[in-house]
Order: sequence, then C-alpha cells, then structure tokens
Amino acid sequence: MLPEIGNFALVLALVLAIVQSSLPMIGAQLGNRQMMAVAEPAAFGQFLFVAIAFALLTHAFIVSDFSVLTVVANSHSAKPMLYKISGVWGNHEGSLVLWVLILTLFGAAVALFGRNLPASLRARVLSVQAMIAAGFLLFMLLTSNPFLRVIPPPPDGNGLNPLLQDPGLAFHPPFLYLGYVGFSMAFSFAVAALIEGRVDPAWARWVRPWTLAAWCFLTIGIAMGSWWAYYELGWGGWWFWDPVENASFMPWLLGTALLHSAIVVEKRDALKSWTLLLAILTFSLSLLGTFIVRSGVLTSVHAFATDPTRGVFILALLVVAIGGSLALFAIRAPALKGGGLFSPISREAALVLNNWLLATACATVLLGTLYPLFMDALSGGEDKVTVGPPFYNATFVPLMIPLLVAMSIGPLLAWKRGDLPGVLQRLKFAAILSALIGLATLYLSWGGPVLAAFGIALGAWLILGPVTDAVERTKLFRAPLSQSWARARGLPRASWGAMVAHAGMGVVVLGITGSTAWTEEKITVMRQGETVTVGGYDYRFEGAEQIAGPNYSAIRGHFRASREGRDIATLSPEARSYPTPPMETTEAAIHPRLSGDLFAVIGERQADGGWAARLYFRPFLSWIWAGCILMTLGGIVSLTDRRHRVGAPRRAAQKPGTQKPGARQTAPAA
Amino acid sequence: MTRKRRRLYLVVGAMALLGVAAALVLTAIRDTLVFFYSPMELAEKDIPPGKNFRLGGLVAEGSVEKLPDGLTTRFVITDLSAEVPVLYRDLLPDLFREGQGVVAEGALNPEGVFMARQVLAKHDENYMPPEVAEALKKSGQWQGAAETE
Repeated sequence: MLPEIGNFALVLALVLAIVQSSLPMIGAQLGNRQMMAVAEPAAFGQFLFVAIAFALLTHAFIVSDFSVLTVVANSHSAKPMLYKISGVWGNHEGSLVLWVLILTLFGAAVALFGRNLPASLRARVLSVQAMIAAGFLLFMLLTSNPFLRVIPPPPDGNGLNPLLQDPGLAFHPPFLYLGYVGFSMAFSFAVAALIEGRVDPAWARWVRPWTLAAWCFLTIGIAMGSWWAYYELGWGGWWFWDPVENASFMPWLLGTALLHSAIVVEKRDALKSWTLLLAILTFSLSLLGTFIVRSGVLTSVHAFATDPTRGVFILALLVVAIGGSLALFAIRAPALKGGGLFSPISREAALVLNNWLLATACATVLLGTLYPLFMDALSGGEDKVTVGPPFYNATFVPLMIPLLVAMSIGPLLAWKRGDLPGVLQRLKFAAILSALIGLATLYLSWGGPVLAAFGIALGAWLILGPVTDAVERTKLFRAPLSQSWARARGLPRASWGAMVAHAGMGVVVLGITGSTAWTEEKITVMRQGETVTVGGYDYRFEGAEQIAGPNYSAIRGHFRASREGRDIATLSPEARSYPTPPMETTEAAIHPRLSGDLFAVIGERQADGGWAARLYFRPFLSWIWAGCILMTLGGIVSLTDRRHRVGAPRRAAQKPGTQKPGARQTAPAA
Repeated sequence: MTRKRRRLYLVVGAMALLGVAAALVLTAIRDTLVFFYSPMELAEKDIPPGKNFRLGGLVAEGSVEKLPDGLTTRFVITDLSAEVPVLYRDLLPDLFREGQGVVAEGALNPEGVFMARQVLAKHDENYMPPEVAEALKKSGQWQGAAETE
C-alpha cells in the first residue's frame, strides 16, 4: 500500500510541475496576476509530494520491504541502519528521487524567500524550475520507477554494493546533488531573465547567493568523493581524471567562473550576456554529468551496471534543456544592453581573465572526457581509447597556472581602472617570501622534481596574497590592535570569504604538489615482526587476524609505525569480504599527519606465511581536504554577508546564513 | 576606451587563449591517448614494445600464478581466440578472478609479454567492462552471460 502512495505522490508532483511550468509563464506573458500566483502553492505542493515519495521510499528501505524491486536490488535485511538509509540514494532510482527532491526544495525556497522578487520574474523562474522537475519526474515514472513491485517478494535482498557501504559515500551523493541541482537556480534565473529581456545588478544579487550555496555544496561533495576514492580504492590516489569525476568537476569549474562574473554584473553592470551564458552552461554540464553517470556511455572506475535506454531519455532531456536555453540565449542576448566600461587593467578585467581561464580549462576537461566517445563514433566502434591523467597534466594544468598566479593579484586591483605596478608593489613582500619558500624547497629536495618547488611557491603565493590584503586592510601592526580589530570587523564578510577561499585554494595547491611530487610507495611481502621503512617511517608488521564485521568478514593486519624509535600510530588495514552481494573490498588504514599521510593496505597471504602489503607515505595529502574545507568556509562566510541578503540590512530578526536573497527587494518591476 | 574597443580586446584575448588551449590539446592528445586492444587485435596489429595501451579480455582459466617474489602475478588475458601473457607486480584488485573480465594498462616488453602497470578493478561483481564485451563479440565468443541489470 505505502509504495503505491509513493508512486501516486510522484504522479501528483508531476501534474503540479506541469501546471507550474505552464500557467505562471503564460500569466507573466499576459500580465495576469492570478495565473502567476499559481506558482508558489504549486512549488510548495511539488516539494511536499516528492518529499512524501522520498520518505516512503526511505521507509521501504528501513523496514526492508522486499516487495519493492529497488529495495530487493539494493538492500539486505542484515545491513547496518546507516547503509539501509544511504542505500536509498545508492542506486539509480533512489538517487533520482533525491535529485528531484532537492530540485523541488530549491523551487520551494524561491517561493518562500523570493516574496520580494518582481512578480513576473518570480513566476518565470518558478516556471522554468518546474519544467526541469517535470522532465525528471517523467523520466523517473517512465524509465526508472522506484516503487515497482516484485510478486512474490523474495525472502531477502541482494544487498548494497559493499564499496558504497561507507560513511564517506553515504553523504557524498546528497552534497553533490545539492551542488548540481543548486545550479538549476542560476539556470532558471538566467532563462527567466532572457525571457524578461533584462539583466540588472539586482538580478545578479538574487543569483549570487544561490550560486554560492550550490558551489559550497559541490566543493564539499567533490572533496568527499575524492576522499572516499582515496581510502576505499586502496590505490593511494585521490583523483583519477575519470569521466565520473570530471562530470562533477566541470560544473564546479564553470560554477566558479559564474560566481565571479556575477560579481561584475552586480557591481559594474557589465558582462551580462556572458554571465547568462555561464549560468546556462553550468547547469547544462550538471545535466551532462547526470547523463554520463547514469547512462554508462563512458568507461569509468565508477561504472555500475547501467542501462543504455535510460541514457537515451536523459540525452533527449539534455537536448531539450540545453538546446532550448541556448537558442533562447542566441535570440535574446544581443538585445541586452552592455554596461560599465573598464580598462584592461582593472578588477573587471582580472575577473574576465579568471572566466576565460576557467572556461577554457573546463573546455579541455570536457574534450578529454568526451574524446573517447567521438573516437568511438568516428571509427565505427573500431578505435577504443581512453584519455588519462597525462592529457590533463599537459592541458589543464598549464591553464591553471596563470589563473593561480593572477588569483593573488586580481582582488587587490581597483574597479574600473587598476594600478598594476602599485598592486605589485604592495605584494612585493608576499612575492619575495613565496620565491624564497620555493628556493628553499628546491634546495631541500635537491634532485627531486623542479616543478614541485614551483608548486610550493605558488601555493605560498596564494596564501600570502590574501594575507597581505587582510593585513593591509586591517592596518595590522601599523595601528593599535584594537583599531585593527575594529577594521577587521568592518570589512565586508564577502571580502573575508574571498580571502579565506583563495587561501584555501593555496592550501590545496600545497597538498597536491607535496603528495604528487614526494610520495613514497613500497609494495612488499612482510612476515610477522618484519620492518620496512617508507618515507622515513618504520612500519613493523605485527601480524594479521580474521575478524567478523556486522555483515562481512575480514582479514585485519596490524602495522606499527614509528619514526626514529618514537611510536606514531598503529595502522590496521582490512581486506573485507561480503557475502551479499559476494564481493571483496580493501579498507586502507590511514594515519593523517600534518607532514603527510601514512597509508597501509593489506593484500593476500603468501604460501610461506607472509602477507603482501602496500605502504605509502604521501606528504601533505590532508592539506587537500583542509583546503577544500577552507574554500567552503570562505563560501559560507561570504554567504552571511548582508550584501548578499538584498536590501535587508535592518532585518536583524532573520538568522544569518538561512537568509536567501529574500526580503525587501527594491528593483523596479519589469 | 570605447565600448567597441573593449569588445575588440575581449574577443582578441579570448581567441588568443583558445588558440593556446587548442595548441596544448593538439600536442597532448597525440601522445597521451591510450588505445584499447583485445588480444586478437593485438595479434593483428604490430604494436612496438614500450607503447602504452590497454589490454582487455578474460583472465584465462588456470593461468594465474604467483612468482617466487610473492608479489608478481603472471596470468593470461584471452578473448578466447588469442592470448597474451601478462606480468603484474602489485596487489591485485579485489575483483580479480580467473574467468572474469579484466582491463590492464601497460606496454609490451621485447619478448611480447604485457607488463601491466595497472589492473583495473570494477565495482560490480557481474560487471563486464564494455570494451571487453565488445572484444568478445568481435572474436565471436560472446555469450551474453555477463549482461546485467
């Protein structure tokens, strides 16, 4: 009974979505207030019904209702509760329900917080949002219904893929989806603005917080996925330039560009059509990402058994959404009036450079990701190729370097007409210190890769740039501390956010450089009591034992790691084997330190009683995660800026952070 | 600066950058592209030793053996019409089994043995890498048994 109600709720949501996508749009066109007013209740209703469906699906998973096909295929009664719940979105059907749930949540948020948007813009935004929802609900009901029944129900389920039974992965998809789907807001706003025929700073003030929030979620989502790959796949790598990883990385790159170009629209009323295009493309790449992951057209380490017929449906959705919005853009964008002028050396120009480099870098990733498909199609299936890390190292990385160099300079330039020599003068200290750090690295790692020293200098530069900026703006060391403190408090939160995020990028660069350049790895056979030295740490193998987990059995090895006789940690990697579905997984043991990660994997038992083992030392690796967290924090700090709350400086009653671009918008109605 | 001038700067800048990117891509793609071959294709083509490529097929039944160092595995990848011997010195992926589909990346040595640098693990027990399924179809040995969903 309950699954049927869930199914019914999805159908109702679809009906509401169709109503919401048509009536308000027509109403906005005709200037009919009543028709426009349909949008909000419909948006709430849609969210409510999808939430009901999601809750019922979750219920089916929790009580292990094996009359539901999705539950049979992806759950098992002996699974721990956390994984019963995360199993809801650990499969195709359920992950779609989650996707649509988040989509309708954003729609409902616009309806709730967007009370002060111009009525026609709000109606159009909600209408576009509903079109996307309608497409996905239709897709779900026609090709991947989560509530299909099995008669008679089997006694138990097939279980969730053990690789996905992991706390890191339990929360990876929701965050990723919040990011992906969050960009739908920018998309809906862009399409609505194109129909409306006007883009002004007020528009950008609406779009920025949504984009920023989506960007934060996506950053965390990607970092979690990467972290999971790092400890679960047991290869010691954290990024493989795999199609599925690229699928989430491309919207991130363009989303980052969008974040910055929207600033120019807001502050200087320039780059309007480019920003609209970015908004459309960012969400299009999110859709493309969904297509790549769900259709299985590309070989990937993440490849699950997938169904090509679904791919065709998503491809059709993709063509309609991307083609339609780009056509609209082509027709309407030329009519947009250009805004403020700026010189080639200015904050605007720096942001244009940022956009160019990010967009071009994104294009190379897109090319590398889709190239195998082109080759396959052009050669009639004869040539199967893959594009691996060397391609991205040769294309993506060189494009990133000027971006990273400029990242510390751009924020110091003035709007309209900047003074580059003056800015460089102010950054002199940061530049010299970074160069010294680079030279010191070169000296200390003599004979090692020269590029690594450059990477470290670059990372230092990225951190020192914002630090210089902060010190100057607060007059630290040049004014009494109390005055600096007052100045620090007076700086806009958005500025603090940008500084923290930029410095976070620097921390990531340090982590990437260190872990790539100086990783030490040993693959060896160890007998009990033997010691192997990797990266200056002595690993003593203390033996291995058979253990029983809640729904698996495992071999657990113990390595005692010490440095110069001082105990550091005991690493206990596991090789697990799950009965349902029958599968083995590797659980690496990782001991993160500031100077690097100690990483151990245990392999097979040898005939002579030894054990195969893989031991790593990966310098600075945890800095990558720390940097991602800093970037996200920067985004969150920026989100709390009152300027992102649109004309609501005195509404102190609202909690910061929860405020969306609501409240007292003063933009003239269209 | 006039609006027109600015637009000109923007267009020229963007074009220059795209040109650089295109040059990077064109030089990189030739050297970094990794081709996929089945054992049969490998026998037909003349691939020089040292050239990096991917080899896919089934792990031949009864072919897996450990060398005395305890780490190197010797096995045979087959598409049931041709065979290639493979050496791999690392821990094997969790799903590596005789009779299962496998994709290995590496290069041939002068003796015609495929020295694998990486053997790819797949997430799903029943999952057959699409290239392997394709290779088996080409060699006429496809039974469709590994098709899942």
